[in-house]
Amino acid sequence: MSIDQKTYDELTEIAGRYPEKRSGLLPMLHLVQASEGRVTAEGIEACAEILEISAAEVSGVATFYTMYKRRPVGDYHVGVCTNTLCAVMGGDEIFSRLKEHLDVGNDETTEDGRITLEHVECNAACDYAPVMMVNWEFMDNQTPDSAVQVVDDLRAGKEVRSTRGPRLCTWREAERVLAGFPDGRVDEGPGAGPASLLGLGIAQEKGWSAPAGADGSPAAVPASGADAAAATDASVEAEAAAVEEEAPTSTTAAEKKDAQ
Amino acid sequence: MTDTLTPVLTANWGAERSWTRESYEEHGGYQALRTALTMAPDDIIATVKDSGLRGRGGAGFPTGMKWSFIPQVNPKPKYLVVNADESEPGTCKDIPLMMASPHTLVEGVIISSFAIRANKAFIYIRGEVLHVIRRVQAAVAEAYAAGHLGKDIHGSGYDLDVVVHAGAGAYICGEETALLEGLEGRRGQPRLRPPFPAVAGLYASPTVINNVESIASVPSIIANGASWFAGMGTEKSNGFGIFSLSGHVTNPGQFEAPLGITLRQLIDLAGGMRHGRELKFWTPGGSSTPLLTAEHLDTPLDFEAMGEAGTMLGTRAIQIFDETTSVVRCVLRWTEFYKHESCGKCTPCREGTWWLVQTLAAFERGEGRVEDIDLLVDQCDNILGRSFCALGDGATSPITSAVKYFRDEFEAGTHTPASELFPPAASTAWAAPTVGASA
Repeated sequence: MSIDQKTYDELTEIAGRYPEKRSGLLPMLHLVQASEGRVTAEGIEACAEILEISAAEVSGVATFYTMYKRRPVGDYHVGVCTNTLCAVMGGDEIFSRLKEHLDVGNDETTEDGRITLEHVECNAACDYAPVMMVNWEFMDNQTPDSAVQVVDDLRAGKEVRSTRGPRLCTWREAERVLAGFPDGRVDEGPGAGPASLLGLGIAQEKGWSAPAGADGSPAAVPASGADAAAATDASVEAEAAAVEEEAPTSTTAAEKKDAQ
Repeated sequence: MTDTLTPVLTANWGAERSWTRESYEEHGGYQALRTALTMAPDDIIATVKDSGLRGRGGAGFPTGMKWSFIPQVNPKPKYLVVNADESEPGTCKDIPLMMASPHTLVEGVIISSFAIRANKAFIYIRGEVLHVIRRVQAAVAEAYAAGHLGKDIHGSGYDLDVVVHAGAGAYICGEETALLEGLEGRRGQPRLRPPFPAVAGLYASPTVINNVESIASVPSIIANGASWFAGMGTEKSNGFGIFSLSGHVTNPGQFEAPLGITLRQLIDLAGGMRHGRELKFWTPGGSSTPLLTAEHLDTPLDFEAMGEAGTMLGTRAIQIFDETTSVVRCVLRWTEFYKHESCGKCTPCREGTWWLVQTLAAFERGEGRVEDIDLLVDQCDNILGRSFCALGDGATSPITSAVKYFRDEFEAGTHTPASELFPPAASTAWAAPTVGASA
């Protein structure tokens, strides 16, 4: 089955985002997965045609990166981190429990086509170990029981939320977002989880902050004193004035450089 | 005396809808951009140089100096590429930053691009963090809508376009030249240097590649001045950084502190070792930085002191393991990771990591040979400094440091499996607190 026209047009659109169109290949392959459920021969041909490179070159890229799948993926890709820190904290136990519970091996899909199980490498959430990813959303601080609950709920068609993110979408819907087509779920979930806020909370409790001047910085804490902020504005203004004297802004800085 | 913790990048993470432009601007966001647009680009570079900011992605190269290497006489377009491929085992700072406050990064991108005179910037985010990608995509869209991006930004005559690019799963793409290959639609294999990216990077044009946290630090430096930043930290390791504690502490989490804080202070802030157990070993900055032990609790976490201790500050990814943990098991698992992620371009790394796994696995099964301990060190010696990029070098770090500090455990691996010496259940997040614990 060949790639439909809408997908082909969107693939072309992705290539157009870059000064050189081949740069679009990684997101284009994500879109192929969103449309076809995996990287298909037809998808490879379409990318090759749009980018004016050989199918072998596209194939070489598709086989290099682990997120590209040549076999059909279930509605939910469940990735259990078994890199060292998560493994030690219990990731190994979670992974073996899920293999047994779902009756699948690594990188295999359940018979009902709902779940693909894979062990994954460090996913940058070590302070929430052991971590499990579902369609690349965080499921923090898992236990074997909680992980089983998640996959059971997903197989039963219940709505499941990321512990630090939105309602879970399907794997193909997720791949579409990675290709650069937002799905409107950006405002779901918190800004940060509790572990991310731990140091900030302690600092607020103890009254610790960056030295004077920092209170007016872009990331100022809401509770910061207004006086400090005003002082910073003044110092910034003084600095800006000094710069202005040295290099007037009537011509833009870039033009000045070009003129030199 | 600077406070123990100095929230700057993390200061707004707890704010309501912190990821939105509205929230970011309420907390002073995009003021630094307006200041920067009145400055000469070279003055911005000088300010960042004077601040002493060193790359926060692990290598610690001075950021301002990197920017100054861009040959402005070169007629080709200049590019800024943000390395948001955070994948070093243990590292978990850039991902929460982009999830909670993507506008800090976007503002940094605009100021940095203006400084190096780039009109196109790319944010290369690893593909495995869907919600983070949503947040950064939305922040870029909001920045366009507010006139912070696009043509003639705030009447300055300066144009900038930003593309958010999702990767597809490859640790090697955190290596800057492999990242460029990925961004050019190729297999992520590192390039020979020189030429360095500053001269011939993306599309063979002058390119600056910086870590997320480095770029995110720029707005605060422009807002508060170089000396404000340089006034924090230690003599040669200036400023603040996010320290990520994970593993066997009571409360793992993120702590933004001046460089030079010690592990003892950080563990204290994290509520101590969990269950009152003993610290056995830790990584100061991800798995590619040689392991340290309890004897290094008071060593300042800065570039110099970590170097003197035989390791590296790296990404300040502090993974903490207590005495229930098998160092052989941990090192084998990291080595399996490097073997899996080796791109295959050079022989020492591709073949070497394979052999390291074979040798280490025997120790984990309790079937190692005594002479294999020196064989491991010899294998590492043939990879370190002989591989094409830092991945191969990094693969040797956990092994040589583990043999250095825990040789007896490898000797035990000649007769007893690691799982018997250190039952894995005792190390898990749900392990019972008492049994055999020396409080």
